[in-house]
Amino acid sequence: MTEPLLAVEGVSKRFGGLLAVNAASLSAPVGRITALIGPNGAGKTTLFAIISGFLKPSAGSIRYNGEEITGEPPHRLARRGIARTFQIVQPFAGLSVRDNILVGAHLRRRARAAALAAAEQVGREVGLGDMLDRPADTLTVAGRKRLELARALATEPKLLLLDEVLAGLNPSEIRDLVPVIRGLCARGITIMMIEHVMQAVMSLSEHVFVLAEGRIIAEGPPAMVAADAAVIEAYLGHGAAAKLGAVHGR
Amino acid sequence: MKGIIPIAAVIGVLAAVPLVVQSNATLNFLVVTLLIALAGQGWNILGGYGGQYSFGHAAFFGTGAYASAILQVRYGVNAWIGFAAGIAAGATVGAIIGGLTFRSGLRGSYFALVTLAFAEVLRIVASVAPVTGAGVGTLIKLDLGAQAFQFQSRVVFYWVILTLVAVSLLIARLLERSRFGVWLIAVRENEDAAMALGVNATMVKFGAMVLSAAITAAAGCFYAQYFLFIDAGIAYGTWISIDALLTPIIGGVGTVFGPLLGALVVKSLGEGAKLVAGDAPGLDLVVYGIVLVLVIWFAPRGLIGAVVDARKWLLRRASRSVRETGHD
Amino acid sequence: MLSPTILIPAILNGLLTGAVYALVALGLTLIYGVLHIINFAHGALLSAALFATFFGYHAFGLDPYLAIFLLAPAFFALGYGLQRFVIGPASHGEDRNMLLVTLAIAVILENALLYVFRADTRTINLPYAFETIDFGFTFLAVPRVIGFGVVFVVALLLWLIMSWTDIGKAIRAVAKEKLGAELVGIDVAHVYAVTFGLGTACVAIAACLLIPTYYLNPQVGNAFVLIAFTIVVLGGMGSVPGALIGGLVIGVVESLSGLILGESLGQIGIFLIFIAVLLVRPSGLFGARA
Repeated sequence: MTEPLLAVEGVSKRFGGLLAVNAASLSAPVGRITALIGPNGAGKTTLFAIISGFLKPSAGSIRYNGEEITGEPPHRLARRGIARTFQIVQPFAGLSVRDNILVGAHLRRRARAAALAAAEQVGREVGLGDMLDRPADTLTVAGRKRLELARALATEPKLLLLDEVLAGLNPSEIRDLVPVIRGLCARGITIMMIEHVMQAVMSLSEHVFVLAEGRIIAEGPPAMVAADAAVIEAYLGHGAAAKLGAVHGR
Repeated sequence: MKGIIPIAAVIGVLAAVPLVVQSNATLNFLVVTLLIALAGQGWNILGGYGGQYSFGHAAFFGTGAYASAILQVRYGVNAWIGFAAGIAAGATVGAIIGGLTFRSGLRGSYFALVTLAFAEVLRIVASVAPVTGAGVGTLIKLDLGAQAFQFQSRVVFYWVILTLVAVSLLIARLLERSRFGVWLIAVRENEDAAMALGVNATMVKFGAMVLSAAITAAAGCFYAQYFLFIDAGIAYGTWISIDALLTPIIGGVGTVFGPLLGALVVKSLGEGAKLVAGDAPGLDLVVYGIVLVLVIWFAPRGLIGAVVDARKWLLRRASRSVRETGHD
Repeated sequence: MLSPTILIPAILNGLLTGAVYALVALGLTLIYGVLHIINFAHGALLSAALFATFFGYHAFGLDPYLAIFLLAPAFFALGYGLQRFVIGPASHGEDRNMLLVTLAIAVILENALLYVFRADTRTINLPYAFETIDFGFTFLAVPRVIGFGVVFVVALLLWLIMSWTDIGKAIRAVAKEKLGAELVGIDVAHVYAVTFGLGTACVAIAACLLIPTYYLNPQVGNAFVLIAFTIVVLGGMGSVPGALIGGLVIGVVESLSGLILGESLGQIGIFLIFIAVLLVRPSGLFGARA
């Protein structure tokens, strides 16, 4: 088995007295979609912040493409090919959609003309083709999510970290965005996604990690994880697995 | 390059002004206006495009002025070389302040405070250090002639400062279309999002600071040559820190012509205030302060921003009425 | 080197002056702790208060210590009005704009004072300004001692307001969690304005305490406020004990460095400390990590 593109080993993060992430280990195999799920406050976004360089871990290591990247700053990681979207979307509000994506496109292209062309292409790919000239702050939530995606894609990443990219979308918007994500994977981009929308986790990901109270409590294929008693308890509370078992006559 | 035409047009018109206007008072007014516009364009690079608001740009203005003046007066260096050296000195101070502050991650209010403090430290040092003439100031000897960067005719000074302003306009334009400029603007809009896209925010801010300092230092060097006298309060005083930020904010932050437009408005208001209420010190700054509050309140993107917004609003109304009436 | 007979009075006087610095810093840190902006108008407000006290004395013979009871509420109202009707609406909630608006107010106030009163330095001649109290090992000026006492009374009053009154609790709520406070129905604009008013009132009281022993001109407020900034940064933005302790420390540092280095270079010392703290530990000694 080839080495995973991303290997997070024993990463912990302490904020004063609070241990937000506790010896978490996970990995993302090349070219696949891996999901990170867990109840609110589990530490998922903190873990993403550590992987993408916005926070330094208190312990543990992160390997990417076989190299140690622990503690490297975000811009250096972006150059290596790690891109992330933010849970609370952060568009460059005063700029147009095109100019937003341009910032990402310039990472690999110095010349303006080439970068603009790449930005337009990426914009079309995510479905923002006819909104390129509009100011970013006039987009709907769904539009802004696509813009986050487009900006990250414009940096030509090998590993894409999606932080709740489907949050806040209605069912039809989710239905429209899921194939786009699947398409990215088909292109060879490795994806790790934090998600609460279970239907997307089930249909998109091949491997799931469950984080609860800072610790990885389960991992495996989606169906197996969904039936895992510890996972059910983490979401629904102590004794829930037994109760559900009784209700379903198991 | 398409952006050059408006710049060439504006500069062309301004260059022709002395052919029509003969009055020394008006020419002096215009020279000072262009000087402030130049200092403001410097601030605009860091504050307008970069979003880092410095309250101490006097640090660069004064360093440029003192460096070029001291080199001429105490070391007999040629005035033009002194001019270049003054710009370099200002840029160096910018590098030092930028290096210290951005590496510490200072942003927003803290950044404004620290730049204010640096300017004050320099002012106090200049007011007591013997090399600057301490309280007495530094006087550049009158030596009319091109080689000493002093000219009999005010018109030549006017064209010199106009050339400097033209260069600063071109720099702003080039910045806007360059990768560095795109990155700088991204840092202004959202530093974290920019970093996630590969932008080395610290280096970008640092570069902007050095460029900003160099341009404002050039204004300081010119001041020294035109007025031939500087002291700590003139070189490092809050007046220039305020003028440098006032002009882009009023004219339009993050635009090429903002500082120039702002300088014209600010100086005209100042003259107007003097006409109405006499020459007592302080009145012009009171007017500037009031204008600043009004601009931030009602036109936070400056005059140019207000015009752009008005156009967009009119365009949207036009397209809406076309849709409503249902025909073309 | 320096004998105790020189050092001890220097330290004591530093403490006394430091107490007044602390009061100025207290106003600044209060405003920062709640509104999260650095009030660049603080110095100009101090200058305005100094001139108001001066005017009160010369036009009406109003003793500066009595003037506290008049000027503190008046400046509270001024601060309230400025925040509620100018700074708040003009900034549209953006920090960057608040910086500029407070700077603009500083420019307006300072230069209005310059225009009206000119730049001459003036002093008040109080009959008891030069009286001293004999503490046995040293003499201390009466106004300074009174000042020290008043500052601690004010600090106590502020603490009482914050802990026991409804508005104090509202202020603490907004300082901690603005959105939450809004959601439970607290009028944030009002709280901001009250806080700004309290900060400005502190400055007014400080002016009354300073005027017997200090000179005034339109620039003086600035000199004080940069010292106040240093204290606030040193003690921690938003920390009241930090402002008090920091004020005393800076007062002593200034007194001692003035002794050793002389007047103007002493000022640089304070600025350098300021810059150093900002660069190394911007959260200060008592402040929360940013």
